[in-house]
Amino acid sequence: MKVLVAVKRVIDYNVKVRVKADNTDVDLTNVKMAMNPFDEIAIEEAVRLKESGVATEVVVVSIGGKESQEQIRTALALGADRGILVETGEKLGSLSVAKLLKAVVDEEKPDLVILGKQSIDNDNNQTGQMLAALASMPQGTFASEVKVADGQVAVTREVDGGLQTVSLKLPAVVTTDLRLNEPRYASLPNIMKAKRKPLDTKTPEELGVTLGSTITTLKVEPPAERQAGIKVASVEELVDKLKNEAKVI
Amino acid sequence: MAILVIAEHTNDALNGATLNAVTAALAIGGDVDVLVAGSNCSAAAESAAKISGVNKVLCADDATYEHQLAENMGLLVSDLGKSYGHILASATTGGKNFMPRVAALLDVDQISEIIRVDSPDTFARPIYAGNAIATVQSSASVKVITVRGTGFDAAPAEGGSAVVELINGPADAGISSFVGEELASSDRPELSAADIVVSGGRGMGNGENFELLYTLADKLGAAVGASRAAVDAGFVPNDMQVGQTGKIVAPNLYIAVGISGAIQHLAGMKDSKVIVAINKDEEAPIFQVADYGLVADLFEAVPELEKQL
Ligand SMILES: Cc1cc2nc3c(=O)[nH]c(=O)nc-3n(C[C@H](O)[C@H](O)[C@H](O)COP(=O)(O)OP(=O)(O)OC[C@H]3O[C@@H](n4cnc5c(N)ncnc54)[C@H](O)[C@@H]3O)c2cc1C
Ligand SMILES: Nc1ncnc2c1ncn2[C@@H]1O[C@H](COP(=O)(O)O)[C@@H](O)[C@H]1O
Repeated sequence: MKVLVAVKRVIDYNVKVRVKADNTDVDLTNVKMAMNPFDEIAIEEAVRLKESGVATEVVVVSIGGKESQEQIRTALALGADRGILVETGEKLGSLSVAKLLKAVVDEEKPDLVILGKQSIDNDNNQTGQMLAALASMPQGTFASEVKVADGQVAVTREVDGGLQTVSLKLPAVVTTDLRLNEPRYASLPNIMKAKRKPLDTKTPEELGVTLGSTITTLKVEPPAERQAGIKVASVEELVDKLKNEAKVI
Repeated sequence: MAILVIAEHTNDALNGATLNAVTAALAIGGDVDVLVAGSNCSAAAESAAKISGVNKVLCADDATYEHQLAENMGLLVSDLGKSYGHILASATTGGKNFMPRVAALLDVDQISEIIRVDSPDTFARPIYAGNAIATVQSSASVKVITVRGTGFDAAPAEGGSAVVELINGPADAGISSFVGEELASSDRPELSAADIVVSGGRGMGNGENFELLYTLADKLGAAVGASRAAVDAGFVPNDMQVGQTGKIVAPNLYIAVGISGAIQHLAGMKDSKVIVAINKDEEAPIFQVADYGLVADLFEAVPELEKQL
């Protein structure tokens, strides 16, 4: 079984972004970049499927500029077998990304595609579901457990009310939630080995995908700042403030 | 052009988040129709018909839609949605699951988690864990949108008298099936809609200690939430996680206990009206957003607080 994993280069999750003074975007100059945390979980799941003998090959794909090779190399160091960079300098929406991934799926014909549930930069939570629709595949989103058997995958999903399990016919799309696994760290020897693993580069034109978006960003602003509050000295003072000042209890 | 709102429901009852989505639809302007897709869902459809401001309810009552599987919802909604200018759903795990499929099938971009409607084609939405707010304009023929509940008041659940029209949808996609679910049941208010929320973090130490928060919550009529760390450690189930990738809450009062205040947690609660933080570390970032901060050991402060209420 072949597993395809999509990884995105995003701002490191520890960084608090600032909005640019001209309100056109957030300021990403000299900001630390990393693999989207949900995609680390996706890679880990794929590698575990390979280690347990369920998967035979793990292919990793990223869409973005040349610098996204870094995240592909990280995935290769974590255990993926080969990488594909779809190189583009354009800032893409989830639909365009899904169309490019669909073209890669048509070429690679994976049995399972694993993505993160959400990019921590645009917070879209769309790409996996869109890819599944475009490829006419079923989807198991927000997965906290994935079990492959008999041409099906059972996915336990984190939903607002608790947990839901669905069974999907392969090929299928899975998107990861936080509790699916705890990603490993890449060891130094594996980082060295990853440098020799194959990494192909393709362009959107080669994949026959026309990019475009129906969305224009008019402005990006900082959120309303909260007023700094006060420290209370005791529980008694807290109760008094909540009752008589804030009047919320 | 008219607006289609996809109801979130349990077949027997409408989920409150639908009321916030209807308010967003009314802010866009135009006739607002509501789709109730389910199985034996006439009770939910009748509730939808009573929402103030709703023009018409479409009810797809069929075993195919019993669990609102995304594959089937995608086919149904993309088909119906073609004749609408906007399709809206709540940004719940339900709406987040099927709406991008709808958008892809209609070949349009989706706008996720709007918190404001500026005009029929312009909306505001948080990005980067709420550290920036983007105002976006859509030129899509059908605008596919999910609505963050905390951005819009609930429409009145009573006062409307819309007609309910039964409709048929496409056959089951046949590629996915429902296996089972484990739903949390609680007598406390629902987290995303509660007036008061008490949340616990890693500082709680273990699951048993959450009893302290349940007791406090019951005295306040509050819901109980948690940080990711508390969920990951197995103290409480996943449906209690508040944050960028959990639930978004904006109650009148949010009490954070043993929570440090990481940006991902703040993203889910910093629009609360009044924030209280109880933490033994006076440097904890949660104090930067708290209206009232109490530097104390939670194991002393929480029982004391409960006693004094
Ligand atoms: C992709 C991604 C998504 C994420 N999504 C979310 C999300 O949706 N929600 C979320 O919450 N987090 C999320 N996180 C995790 C987030 O970054 C933090 O790790 C998490 O919020 C920390 O939880 P905490 O505050 O409970 O734990 P800690 O940061 O460990 O803080 C525990 C606090 O408890 C205090 N404490 C300890 N003992 C006591 C005591 N006896 N009395 C009083 N205080 C005490 C400590 O001083 C400390 O401040 C996400 C992270 C990533 C990478
Ligand atoms: N540019 C990209 N390259 C590769 N994968 C991506 C890209 N954008 C999004 N994805 C995948 O889609 C998931 C969800 O992203 P989003 O829909 O943007 O929230 C991510 O976790 C990735 O797995």
